[in-house]
Amino acid sequence: MYALEIRDLKKTYKNGTQALKGVDLHVEQGDFFALLGPNGAGKSTTIGIISGLVNKSAGEIRVFGYDFDREQTQAKSCIGLVPQEFNFNQFERVEEILVNQGGYYGIPRPLAYERAETYLKQLALWEKRHVMARELSGGMKRRLMIARALIHQPRLLILDEPTAGVDIEIRRSMWQFLEKINQQGTTIILTTHYLEEAESLCRNIAIIDHGCTIEHTSMKRLLNQLNNETFILYLQQPLTDETILRSGELAKFEIQLSDENTLEVSIDKDSHINQLFNLLTDQQIHVLSMRNKTNRLEQLFMCLVDKNRNNAELLETLQQTTEVDTLL
Amino acid sequence: MNWSAKYTALKTIIIKEYLRFIRIWMQTVLPPAITTALYFVIFGNLIGSQIGDIDGYKYMDYIVPGLILMAVITNAYGNVVSSFYSAKFQKSVEELLVSPIPNYLILSGYVMGGIARGIIVGIVVTVVAMFFTDIEIHSYSLSLLVFFLTASLFSIAGFINAVYANSFDDISIIPTFVLTPLTYLGGIFYSIEMLPEFWQSISLVNPILYMINAFRYGFIGITDTDLNVAISIIVFFNILLFSYAMHLLNKGIGIRQ
Repeated sequence: MYALEIRDLKKTYKNGTQALKGVDLHVEQGDFFALLGPNGAGKSTTIGIISGLVNKSAGEIRVFGYDFDREQTQAKSCIGLVPQEFNFNQFERVEEILVNQGGYYGIPRPLAYERAETYLKQLALWEKRHVMARELSGGMKRRLMIARALIHQPRLLILDEPTAGVDIEIRRSMWQFLEKINQQGTTIILTTHYLEEAESLCRNIAIIDHGCTIEHTSMKRLLNQLNNETFILYLQQPLTDETILRSGELAKFEIQLSDENTLEVSIDKDSHINQLFNLLTDQQIHVLSMRNKTNRLEQLFMCLVDKNRNNAELLETLQQTTEVDTLL
Repeated sequence: MNWSAKYTALKTIIIKEYLRFIRIWMQTVLPPAITTALYFVIFGNLIGSQIGDIDGYKYMDYIVPGLILMAVITNAYGNVVSSFYSAKFQKSVEELLVSPIPNYLILSGYVMGGIARGIIVGIVVTVVAMFFTDIEIHSYSLSLLVFFLTASLFSIAGFINAVYANSFDDISIIPTFVLTPLTYLGGIFYSIEMLPEFWQSISLVNPILYMINAFRYGFIGITDTDLNVAISIIVFFNILLFSYAMHLLNKGIGIRQ
């Protein structure tokens, strides 16, 4: 039984916009799952439908085996949602927001207060429990929404860009917290634009574009698809003679001198970076440090989205050609 | 959700709604008390003494039930329309929509919140009225029945208004252009028998007339309309509007995309 299973999910809005054209997904129990896609791809619509905020046009959703159409109460009880936008009453106090949310799930007030204390302490908001929500900082508001989503201890936590606009320190502490609750057994679905966040936290991934699932695999398998990686090498001493890089064995590598202290090297999946270092050392070029030019997942993500767009454009052109042929 | 969980969920909405209007009592409870006191002073004392008795009652005593019910109608409606629209505006309504709480409990919770404000305001206005009159209530049970049914009806109406509202302007259009005229023309300050026959017939189309007269009967024992017809009309509109509000919630109109 999957934590979440979506089949052929479609959504057409009243204005005619077809946001989802057939999304298929399955998320294993206990997984930390990344749902990625460019802006407007359909991620938030998918999440909106799963959580009951958006009516679907077609398709099937099962949450821990519960059919979302026929057993909505049970399905909803399994889900905790952290939406993209702040959606709490700005004039309510922090603790009150949590206790009320617990109440909507049928949790008696004394127990809701206990749980509110636990989560507010874990998310470093306990000191702010009597403060009105509107007085919190952006990062605090995000953490409040996480605490609120956890108050009924859901088996599936869905986070729609939870770290958007949050500084790196708080982001890291949020990552640690999410990893901890995932280890405790909560299945997590995460959408984010910070791809290093998805790469470091998630085990499985789906990419949505133009309302369709264009990739659905494990993070490892996806990253293995990467044929080459670009590294930035910082040199110990300035390099003035660029011709060294075009001669001998070094010419086999795609190397560019960005400035006299920095090299940009593109290395194939089958090449060894050690070989490059040896060749550079032979030429008395010593590398001080290095880093990836772009996040690996980001590189792949861009490739997949571009490929999908090219395919879509090609399909559109073919359709137009067929229409013209038919007319002729 | 089992019954205990449903009860907790309903109680949560009612407590939240109650705390919301009590926290801002200067805006919610105090104004009707002041307005009603002014009505008593101006219409009851100053002008009323010139009018004389209606159906054997002093003018002041005659207008008391209508003024109480007017405060109840305005506040029950206003409470739900502003609370639910604010929840829509701030998107905090999503807290309810993602939860497993059934739609009929969401509606009932908001309606009971409206009734709660109606009760508090009704009590305050009645206390104010007691400074100006010394009425002996004719039928407590009938007064309370009409009171609850009217507060419930206008709470549901406020909910429907909030579902359709797309801006804060939309939540004041109905109270200003529909509710207030119908209330004033519903016989608070006069008996429809004082009107020409044509306007009497027109007045009988106004449902608020029946509510005010039924409440007046419960209070002082006189009415311009048939009591059974009045109660039937109030019950009918309660059922009709509740069903319609449920239809809106189930379809997600105005709240789900």
